[in-house]
Amino acid sequence: MRFKVLALCAAISTLFSTAAQAQISDNTVRIGVLTDLSGMYSDLSGPGSVIATQMAIDDFIASEKPKFKVQMVTADHQNKADIASNKAREWFERDGVDIASELVTTSVGLAVQKIAKEKNKIALNTGTASTRVTNEDCNDVTIHWTYDTYALASGTARAMVKQGGKSWFFITADYAFGHSLEQDSSDIVKANGGTVLGTVRHPFPGSDFSSYLLRAQSSGAQVIGLANAGGDMINTIKQAAEFGISQKQSLAGLLVFISDVHSLGLAQTQNMFLTEGFYWDLNAETRAWSKRFFENHKRMPTMIHAGQYSAITHYLKAVKAVNSDDTQKVMAQMRKTPVNDFFAKNGQIREDGRMVHDMYLLQVKKPSESKAPWDYYHVRATIPGAEAFQPLSKSRCPLVKKS
Amino acid sequence: MNTQSLLSQLLLGLINGSFYAILSLGLAVIFGLLNIINFAHGALYMVGAFCALLAMQWFGIGYWGALVLAPLVVGAIGVLIERLILRHLHQLDHLYGLLVTLGLALMAEGFFRWAFGISGASYPIPEALQGGVDIGIMFLPLYRAWVVVASLAACFATWYVIERTPLGARLRAATERPQLTQALGINVPVMVTATYAVGVALAAYAGVLAAPIMQVNPVMGSNLIIVVFAVVVIGGMGSILGSIVTGVGLGLLEGLTKLVYPEASSIVIFVIMVLVLLVRPAGLFGKIA
Repeated sequence: MRFKVLALCAAISTLFSTAAQAQISDNTVRIGVLTDLSGMYSDLSGPGSVIATQMAIDDFIASEKPKFKVQMVTADHQNKADIASNKAREWFERDGVDIASELVTTSVGLAVQKIAKEKNKIALNTGTASTRVTNEDCNDVTIHWTYDTYALASGTARAMVKQGGKSWFFITADYAFGHSLEQDSSDIVKANGGTVLGTVRHPFPGSDFSSYLLRAQSSGAQVIGLANAGGDMINTIKQAAEFGISQKQSLAGLLVFISDVHSLGLAQTQNMFLTEGFYWDLNAETRAWSKRFFENHKRMPTMIHAGQYSAITHYLKAVKAVNSDDTQKVMAQMRKTPVNDFFAKNGQIREDGRMVHDMYLLQVKKPSESKAPWDYYHVRATIPGAEAFQPLSKSRCPLVKKS
Repeated sequence: MNTQSLLSQLLLGLINGSFYAILSLGLAVIFGLLNIINFAHGALYMVGAFCALLAMQWFGIGYWGALVLAPLVVGAIGVLIERLILRHLHQLDHLYGLLVTLGLALMAEGFFRWAFGISGASYPIPEALQGGVDIGIMFLPLYRAWVVVASLAACFATWYVIERTPLGARLRAATERPQLTQALGINVPVMVTATYAVGVALAAYAGVLAAPIMQVNPVMGSNLIIVVFAVVVIGGMGSILGSIVTGVGLGLLEGLTKLVYPEASSIVIFVIMVLVLLVRPAGLFGKIA
């Protein structure tokens, strides 16, 4: 399949080489996927994002028949900002790469978007959680696509408070990401009339959370908010079930991916509320795309995988429309065009770089309700983009004009 | 802070301490006889947990079977590692053994990450030990109580064999004077291999014990091994009793820290390590060389 596509590209590019416009440098658009290919986040991003990018490129070439070539380069940033920065610099300066995309891990995302600004290239961030990407650190060459801590917190925390979970206790990973997730969530809890009874911060990464769980238990809070991620969050949930906490108090996973639920199993996650930007089983369109993804990856896509496909497709269409890979022209075209695909309906890229789209409030099914592998969620509500993401009026981004 | 939360945190500390004890015991035994700092210990603990998981998924073998099977499988892997690799490092500096075993650990982790992904999978608590009892100060899951019993029993059994049986006497003789012991007709190379196998089998046993309470994933060993090394250093490299007592004691101390100032709980053991190294460089129970 890939060979055919490559052959097709080659044939097309030869045919049209004389007609090719000089606006696209070496008549090739180069897409960099900078992700965690082997570490902590490699299940929820990593190799799946590479596959999603390749799918986006193949589909774009098949349907749009562009006159330019599209290449993908990938690198493993190992969740280290310095490695990511070096790679991005090398790509932009030496290899003629036009965009750095995915960028899972907050520190990586923030570092790369600074370099993109410096080199006047695009940072297409589909992986990072922190709202800093579009607030303090925002710039005009960065787009934050899939989700952020504000959207996750507002979806899950608001829904739980509305359902009567008024008192909260947070178990927080003791680093920047955990603190910001805890902050965003407790603001929303308080704004909706709830109270925060306490919080405990654990070293990152940890393996035994029973001690923090006991404190959460003795606080008597109705809801235990988990402001941690990956392996830490997984072990917290597992041990909460062991200590019989999940039966009496509700757990709110504030950053949970479908890959986490898959590895924990439904028995331990059932009834938990969570917010995601995508679920494979939303409608016929998402099912069709996810089925194709599954054939390539043997796992269902996370929201980062789906967001990556959507973002790359949107970018390539913009390049074709303006027939240029010039950063500002492409950014303007991307901003102007609403995002309409299986991932987002009428998605809009705001001036702070936030791509605003609907989010989904989900609840994990009971084992008895799950009919097939990966049938994990009830969709409890669709949260309209305007409500899900931080309003521009609260933005701390200098690019946002305050009236 | 009330007595109830103090006692419950101490109990949790005891549970973690028994993991430290059994892992550091294996390290101490191996160091004592082979003079090898076995950095692959954490990886073999992880392999033990995966053995339990795969035995269940592929062959339907339950927890109790895995508790026997995983140490045997990992022990066999240990025999191969010792015969094929470590044997050639005996005469060299500690550093070589450390580097080789670290390399083995990274390879094992890389393999499991490639084969099973980073998030790993969840291993259920065996049916007989599900649920728990309210012991007044806290809700104690039966499984955690079992972990303490099972690991302390294994520690005691190991200590007893080494310190109180003729086999143990030969082992200790081989540790102190290998040439002389060999001259008396005792097959030292076989004892060395067997010791390494038993040491890593203990790690696998701990891995199976941990599987139902921690997510089975490729990095579960590397998260723990650094702490365990600190425990061994504090107890005194090669001291059997020292590693057990220090393991449990530091578990308790860590539990207390989690109560008072949780942010520091991951470094408290290392602070103690620095203090011990300053005052008693051979460790609390080590012999001054």
